[in-house]
Amino acid sequence: MTDVLIVGAGPAGLSAALASAEQGLSVRVLDEFYRPGGRLLGQLHEEPDGKWWNGLAEAATLCEKAQQAGVDIRCGVSVYNVAQNDGMWQVFTTEGVFEVPALLLATGASETAVPVPGWTLPGVMSIGAAQVMTNVQRVRPGERGVIIGINVLSVAIARELKLAGVHVDRMVLPALSPVTSAAGNPVQVMESLLRVAHLAPSPLLRLGSRLLQTLGLQKAGLHFLPGGGIRMWGIPLHLRTAALEIVGTEQVEGVRIARITPEGIPVPGTEKIVPADFVCIAGGLSPLAELAAVAGCSFAWLPSLGGHVPLHNERMQTTLPGLYVAGNITGIESAKVAIAQGTVAGLSIAADLGRLRDPEPLRQAMEQVRLVREQAAIQFHPEIARGRERLQQMYEQAKAV
Amino acid sequence: MDRRILNHPVLGPSAPGKTLTFHFDGKPYTAMQGETVAAALLANGIRRLRVHEESGSPRGLYCNIGHCFECRVTIDDQPGVRACLTLVKEGMKVFSGKVLPAPLKQAKSPDASEKQNSHFIAERAESR
Repeated sequence: MTDVLIVGAGPAGLSAALASAEQGLSVRVLDEFYRPGGRLLGQLHEEPDGKWWNGLAEAATLCEKAQQAGVDIRCGVSVYNVAQNDGMWQVFTTEGVFEVPALLLATGASETAVPVPGWTLPGVMSIGAAQVMTNVQRVRPGERGVIIGINVLSVAIARELKLAGVHVDRMVLPALSPVTSAAGNPVQVMESLLRVAHLAPSPLLRLGSRLLQTLGLQKAGLHFLPGGGIRMWGIPLHLRTAALEIVGTEQVEGVRIARITPEGIPVPGTEKIVPADFVCIAGGLSPLAELAAVAGCSFAWLPSLGGHVPLHNERMQTTLPGLYVAGNITGIESAKVAIAQGTVAGLSIAADLGRLRDPEPLRQAMEQVRLVREQAAIQFHPEIARGRERLQQMYEQAKAV
Repeated sequence: MDRRILNHPVLGPSAPGKTLTFHFDGKPYTAMQGETVAAALLANGIRRLRVHEESGSPRGLYCNIGHCFECRVTIDDQPGVRACLTLVKEGMKVFSGKVLPAPLKQAKSPDASEKQNSHFIAERAESR
């Protein structure tokens, strides 16, 4: 009989599987993708010490360790429903129904779609799609691309595209709209880039950030931004340009852009079409938590964590017995945090099933999450720690009721 | 046109694999073993995977990890399969999605359908 079922073979799911299996539990991991690793697959950036973080290699190592510990990893399986039944969790999948005492949802994140006129044309894809196509599938998404949306994730992936020899013509903002709001406002985009300056994952990004700071003085500086934008890794970042429309008949042929004011308002008479055969839309990430909602978890809305997250505590327990969460479903953070959270979840499950031999590793694993969070090279939001505290309070309140 | 990245400065050369033949809308194409249908088609320069079932507008892959269902195609007679999650197999027959009949829809032009919709919405509002 399976003790633990884990949905998602990404950094959180695999590390949780390993931790649980090491305590002698029988563990099965399901993932919809055709290979394990989740969004570790394709990650490629330089650490502050100059070493490369290669997600493909990290995924392979985690997978091998988990399998050696006896974890059963099944790919190409979709989970479409979960339900509580008589102290057990029923998990409905395309490979049948599983019943387990402990269920961990490690479903990760999804990319926020930013509607831009013309975005249904073939050749328009999410920034993550371009990353997977380039680094995992090793196929160039196109010959000349425009990235719409300037944020930590899109800047990192733009560099990955360049590394692979994919030409990114420029990065621009989405046109200001009720949907894009801050992402379409040059001042706010610059502020968010400045906040990550000291944490930037590579000397080059730090250089770029320093340039931003020099040019900065926020709004005042934006008036003096050169027409060609600033360059990061040789890729022009046009903070004062917005994409108004993606043009083409059968597929992407170009992007209609315009200069914008520091507030994001298009300047009349500055419109032009730049040629492109692919466009990446980068709207940021939000927790992928549908299964937690279907299960009946309580949720909290915390923008610092990327949106709606299932209430959970530091032991990764949700408000429902036998249901756990780990990784980006709990809030948008780096893969390293997800790995640390996974270990907590795996040990926490072992403890709740009465199979944790020694409580010390669980305590250490919880400490490790805090440590990794503090040292994270890429922080998606400056208020993550505060968001986590708020979440813990809300969890305690919910449990007290 | 081959868009494959054979050498990568950090990830190294791509693992040499067997080549496979598969068909898209009746035409033969070559894939490398381990490639998804979406990746193999893009490597062959094909972006259009289907058309919108009603409007006929062209669609391609969007998220490439199975979330959005924009890349749904028919594979070996199974409709609605996500090209981004499916590995190519030798001899696989892939068909792009087609415009489907809408027998319950009376409106012929987008204009008429809009009018019909607004009429419907107005009626609903009145009935509240």
